[in-house]
Amino acid sequence: MSPEPLRTALFDWHLGHGGRLVDFAGWSMPVQYSSIVDEHCAVRRAAGLFDVSHMGRLTVAGAGAAAWLEGLMTRRVAGMPRGRVRYTLIASEDAAGAVRILDDALVANAPVVPADAELDGGDGPSGLVVNAGNRERVVAWLRSRLPGSGVELLDRTVGTAMLAVQGPAAVAIVTGLAAGDGPRLAALANYASATATIAGVPAVISRTGYTGEDGYEIVVPAERATAVWEAILAAGAPHGILPCGLGARDTLRLEAGMPLYGHELVEDSDPFAIGLGLAVDLEGRRFPGAETFRAQAAQATGRVRVGIGFAGRRAAREGSPVVVAGAECGRVTSGSFIPTLGRAVAMALVDRRVAATGTPVEVIVRDSPQPGEVVPLPFYRRPKPAA
Amino acid sequence: MSAAMRFAKSHEWIRPEADGTATVGISAYAVEALTDLVFMQLPKVGSRVVAGQSFGEIESVKAVSDLYAPVSGDVVAVNATLPERLETLGNDPYGEGWIVRIRPDDPAALDGLLDQAAYEALVASSPH
Repeated sequence: MSPEPLRTALFDWHLGHGGRLVDFAGWSMPVQYSSIVDEHCAVRRAAGLFDVSHMGRLTVAGAGAAAWLEGLMTRRVAGMPRGRVRYTLIASEDAAGAVRILDDALVANAPVVPADAELDGGDGPSGLVVNAGNRERVVAWLRSRLPGSGVELLDRTVGTAMLAVQGPAAVAIVTGLAAGDGPRLAALANYASATATIAGVPAVISRTGYTGEDGYEIVVPAERATAVWEAILAAGAPHGILPCGLGARDTLRLEAGMPLYGHELVEDSDPFAIGLGLAVDLEGRRFPGAETFRAQAAQATGRVRVGIGFAGRRAAREGSPVVVAGAECGRVTSGSFIPTLGRAVAMALVDRRVAATGTPVEVIVRDSPQPGEVVPLPFYRRPKPAA
Repeated sequence: MSAAMRFAKSHEWIRPEADGTATVGISAYAVEALTDLVFMQLPKVGSRVVAGQSFGEIESVKAVSDLYAPVSGDVVAVNATLPERLETLGNDPYGEGWIVRIRPDDPAALDGLLDQAAYEALVASSPH
């Protein structure tokens, strides 16, 4: 029997505002409030507010934090400017050389929770944001690799909340609540983080997200989360902000061509084949998995991640076979009707010989072949802001 | 809503018509629970439907669901334009949002289904 799902600091708010709560990765999370399509479109047109408190927030404290992480992450951490955030994979390697990708994560040369800013000793602390479903095993694995002294791993997930404000109006909404910190947040680069005060509450705010839109992710103390959440909704109301659930988060990231751990990215993935080579820095580095990844980068034989566009609205789902000329040559990893395009799309891992853009394919959906073709990722790219 | 309308536990409704056929749709509760409908597959006129078995599919952004036949019979009509205007299911689930019309093998089979009060009690007791 699975234990009672964990509740975020916003659980009561979700329950009181029509949130349809589901058990997701051990957490009780809203999948939607009104309509996934309405919530999705609010993010593309104006702004959406997501409770992403289920994501794991870890602080790596101590003078040796950055050097320790440098030896474990697939991405180069050493020399990251203060406040930078990078997308990385976390892989383990056993004595026999078997490599398992445990998670994809954001690593920051900055604390991920506001209370840890005081732990800052110049060389840290560093922060990690990991997937909810992988948090426990990532924490356990990282702890097993801790040196005898000098580095401490703190799981700050419980006790803090994380909100994502995403969409073209996100910057105006968040900076408007940040008083004197507003200009600094407006100028914050993509994949950078800063401590700031929002709606009177100390926060760590990063220019990151998982929707393909501009926006921020905001970490605040759990006990202040509802006040910040409501302040963002009030400030966003004139723009048309909507609270959004995990349903819209999934259609938005799919439309933006972003991989999701457990779907596009799994334990034995070849990162170079699935378009995540940028998350693996091999040159002059040693870390768990490095030799396997070097071989994969050189061989270039793994099934590659592609987009598939369908003429119709019927969605292929995870596991649907991809067929070319009667032969199966891949599997769908994620698929859905996506609102901005008004038709179904999928991401799939397919053999390299059928991966070229324009290749006609059939995807078998509940015994029924659906015609489609290989299309470039992402399916949606946000318009460049006017200069 | 007709007093003769009956409901399946799987949220389809069925209403006997004067000509011996019966009209089938899905309940307002089912439409509300599904939300964001994007696709529907209907059976062909003349095909057989079997009580408790799938006769079609309805798909939302999140998931695909089967449509289950409340009773066995032959399909005599389908609401062919419904898949192009799925919003009708939300606006008028018991009228313009009808899905198929069947000729039941045994009209008395409807008596084994839930009446409106029993269906509403079922819905009220299920987690939303």
